[in-house]
Amino acid sequence: MEISVKYMALIYSDPSTVPAYGSAAFGPFMAAYQAANERFIKDGVLVAGEALENSSTATTLKVRNGKPETLDGPFAESKEQLGGFYIFDCASLDDALRYAAMIPTAATGSVEVRPIQNVPR
Amino acid sequence: MNDEAATLALADRIEDLVRKDGGRLLSVLIAILRDFQLAEDSFQDALESALTNWSRSGMPASPPAWLMRTARRKAIDRIRRAANFRSKSKELEALIKLDAEAEAHEAEPIADERLKLIFTCCHPALDRMTSVALALRSICGLKTEEIARAYVVTPDALAQRLVRARHKIAKAGIAYEVPGADAWNERLNAVLSVIYLIFNEGYAASSERHLRVDLCDEAIRLGRLLTELMPQEPEAEGLLALMLLHHARSRARLDTNGNLVTLEEQDRSIWNRSAIGEGSALLVKALRRGRPGAYQLQAAIAAVHAEAPSFAETDWREIALIYDALISVQPNPVFELNRIVALSYADGPAAALARLPAVAEALKDYQPFHAVRADLLSRIGDEASAREAYDLAIERSGTDAERNYLEHRRDRLAGNVEPAG
Repeated sequence: MEISVKYMALIYSDPSTVPAYGSAAFGPFMAAYQAANERFIKDGVLVAGEALENSSTATTLKVRNGKPETLDGPFAESKEQLGGFYIFDCASLDDALRYAAMIPTAATGSVEVRPIQNVPR
Repeated sequence: MNDEAATLALADRIEDLVRKDGGRLLSVLIAILRDFQLAEDSFQDALESALTNWSRSGMPASPPAWLMRTARRKAIDRIRRAANFRSKSKELEALIKLDAEAEAHEAEPIADERLKLIFTCCHPALDRMTSVALALRSICGLKTEEIARAYVVTPDALAQRLVRARHKIAKAGIAYEVPGADAWNERLNAVLSVIYLIFNEGYAASSERHLRVDLCDEAIRLGRLLTELMPQEPEAEGLLALMLLHHARSRARLDTNGNLVTLEEQDRSIWNRSAIGEGSALLVKALRRGRPGAYQLQAAIAAVHAEAPSFAETDWREIALIYDALISVQPNPVFELNRIVALSYADGPAAALARLPAVAEALKDYQPFHAVRADLLSRIGDEASAREAYDLAIERSGTDAERNYLEHRRDRLAGNVEPAG
């Protein structure tokens, strides 16, 4: 019996370590992501994956007493910020971790791997 | 014997059975049910049922087979009772069919899935302390209360931790399997480190807490199980050898007041020679496989100590050489410190002192670093600096036994006008 679980890989990094567009490191950085994406597609595990705009563009929302309140920027102050994500379809956590390790930013920042809830329908 | 005494005697028998066969039975149940928590709960149900049934109608012909059958049926009951059983009707059907088939094969020996269980409990995605608790509970068959007492936490907190861990194993998709070649080394290391962590806790706690459960014995039991289940793995043999060789000295490590006795001052005549023999033989077997690793090398160092007739006659140069090899496979400042200690007996304390600055930064908060420095300083006759170094070591002591020992050493320094403290 093959069980498959969807995993979300949340990519965190210190924005100052991400190469800027046009810098010498930018090309190799993008090429590494390109190679990782191709591998994910080839192995049939890629469900989705996107990079996010800088966290300074974020708006944090909460609804209290029925009233929406918004805040500029991310809620928690921390050096590492959410910069992108992937969703993988894998047979086990070990597989998901193996793919997460191929995400280039894992070498400088960190990747949080979490199973997506499987709600019976 | 009155009824109460008979029930207590039966409870003891069941406890022994769990200690002996519980891990194997649970490992098979998890494989059948594919649900760690359900397997654990159903197994507990079966044990409770055993207490009532066996006190009424006596022990069954094969208690393990009886427990397996009952646990399977308790699992069927639990799935039926569960709110979402409709979504599990397929599993239920399969389980009922399996239960009927299993009955026909009851005379056959029960399988053993403990290797899968061990790799699951010690998965690197679990917190180390969680793995320790899971291993002691699920593989060794210790009670939650016993583990909680050994680690000085409340039974509730430990039970919570175990439930969370089983939940993570299920939800995060930690596979119930023996890992393949690509992940073997990493996963094996995780297993070995959990076992060694249990051993070290037992070793450190032996002077402080008097426990019915001896964590060193449990770790050795796990080590033995591992070498049975994977007979070709030299590092598993190396770890077992290391634990046996250390444990062989346990009786000599503490004096009658519970104070630590150093290797130098230990009475070697009370070392357990049969454990040393077993550990050394196992180590030779492991090294012959030609794949040395950190546990085999640490065991080799312990073997040189164990076989030395006295502290003075120890082959310190050999020990320093093994530390060189160990540092090359697993760089670690603590190993560097131990190598320096070995060299202090081969080349003298002055040469050793000159080597200390290389590890000083990495070990500045590590008690033994300051204790070693104090000892070396006193051996070259610098009593004042030695005293300061002992003070730094005492500040960093984790246990009373360590503190008492270091204070004793400090106060024994020559030229001490007035013992401090």
